[in-house]
Amino acid sequence: MFTATTIAILLTMSLAIARMCIGPTIYDRVLAVNMFGTKTVLLIAVLGYLIGRPDFLDIALVYALINFIGTIAVLKFLRYGGFGDTHEMDTQDVDDKSNLSDGGPQ
Amino acid sequence: MEVANSIIVWASLLTGSLFAVIGGIGVLRLPDVYTRLHGAGITDTMGAGLILFGLAVHEGFTLITVKLVLIFIFLIITSPASSNAVANAAHSSGLRPMLDSDLKNKASSNSGARS
Repeated sequence: MFTATTIAILLTMSLAIARMCIGPTIYDRVLAVNMFGTKTVLLIAVLGYLIGRPDFLDIALVYALINFIGTIAVLKFLRYGGFGDTHEMDTQDVDDKSNLSDGGPQ
Repeated sequence: MEVANSIIVWASLLTGSLFAVIGGIGVLRLPDVYTRLHGAGITDTMGAGLILFGLAVHEGFTLITVKLVLIFIFLIITSPASSNAVANAAHSSGLRPMLDSDLKNKASSNSGARS
């Protein structure tokens, strides 16, 4: 049953890679990369059971964190063109409801 | 008891795999960024949740289960947050959701072409 789950996760990852390649906008690609990272977490977890070593779950845990931080970092870079320069952010037309603007170091 | 445990594990893993593949097909086939977010959300919540639940039931009450629950909690927090961030960034960059009339115009102009 772990083999079937692994094959299904690999199929989903290949579908996400297809969307990543043909995505018309950059947000499709970011979405596909985020989904690919989540499927990588699941693949690491299931693969640990498949080969009999569930110790890989630590790696999956760390990958889940890095995936989220990477997605937010790419989106912030796309929106502001930088990571920590808040003075240039204030000059742009940014709505106040965005919670991405107050995450950078001052 | 062992049979019931195995049945629960099988059903959870296979249903989670089915949801993951359905979400992947949705990400590939749906016409818009905002609708593709729906497909990605299915794989992040139902697919990951059911697969991790199946693994946890298979394992029993050990330290491995605690790690699986931690992964599930991280995914259940970060998946809506990243989906919201993608939608917010796409919306603030001027990308508008595709309406039904846009879809009909596109289908009539180039029939059979995938967006």
